[in-house]
Amino acid sequence: MDARKVSEPMPTKNRTTVERKSERELVVTRTFNAPARLVFQAWTKPELFKQWWLPKSMDMALRSCQMDVRVGGKYRLEFEPDGMAFFGTYREVAPHSRLVWTNEEGGEGGPVTTVTFEEKGGKTLLVMHELHSSKEALDAAGTGAADAMVETFGQLDELLLTLS
Amino acid sequence: MVQYAQTRFDASFAALSDPTRRGVLEHLGRADASITDLAHKFRMTLTGMKKHVGVLEQAGLVTTKKVGRVRTCKLGLRRLEEEAAWIERYRQLWDARFDQLDRVVDELKRKEKINGRKKSE
Repeated sequence: MDARKVSEPMPTKNRTTVERKSERELVVTRTFNAPARLVFQAWTKPELFKQWWLPKSMDMALRSCQMDVRVGGKYRLEFEPDGMAFFGTYREVAPHSRLVWTNEEGGEGGPVTTVTFEEKGGKTLLVMHELHSSKEALDAAGTGAADAMVETFGQLDELLLTLS
Repeated sequence: MVQYAQTRFDASFAALSDPTRRGVLEHLGRADASITDLAHKFRMTLTGMKKHVGVLEQAGLVTTKKVGRVRTCKLGLRRLEEEAAWIERYRQLWDARFDQLDRVVDELKRKEKINGRKKSE
């Protein structure tokens, strides 16, 4: 699948960092070896987004993924098997550089996500910033997401046991 | 994350450099206590003990909670570890996503090369 030329060095894996900037803010950063317009496409075209957003280790699939990427436009992600959904509204859309959206599945006062794409020398620094309404909201979201991960890794462990 | 951890560690070491504060931590390791209890136990003024507890609190080693007129102190270390643990798990989640995003973007780059970049968006 990877038909790289011999002369072309294997790109080294870029590091993902997560930092709690303040009681209400979480920041994720990662560099991609591609121009901003391509990384931006992967975040805004459903057929591309669906290919990367769910880690393979999670025993879930996206049943549907709708994205009306313009200011005031809505997005909605629905999962299988349990029909859970993530949805919200785009607040800012600056092609190839910035996206801001709300996360409304938890009701009012959900976090606001800002993603910026900064291109430099053919690479793109992606910064994802999540602003929560309170310290407690971020604490809860953090432990919730972490628990979900542990749960899915647990399921994976079980699956691997049955296969071995 | 690294910077964040560094700042926290520096604050922790500064907090631990004082024998009274180490004593307070040891005491709280056995049982929660009010600032008045701690001041009494370490033969110190209330104001003095408040300062020590403040340093420990800033370092995330102690948490305090005021109920009525009494401020109770407890060890905060476990909470700090818990937070570091969920941030690391969250990082792993995004790292897994971004590894997949790398592949999507590589594929887009490859297609663009083939198409000779006839259109750029």
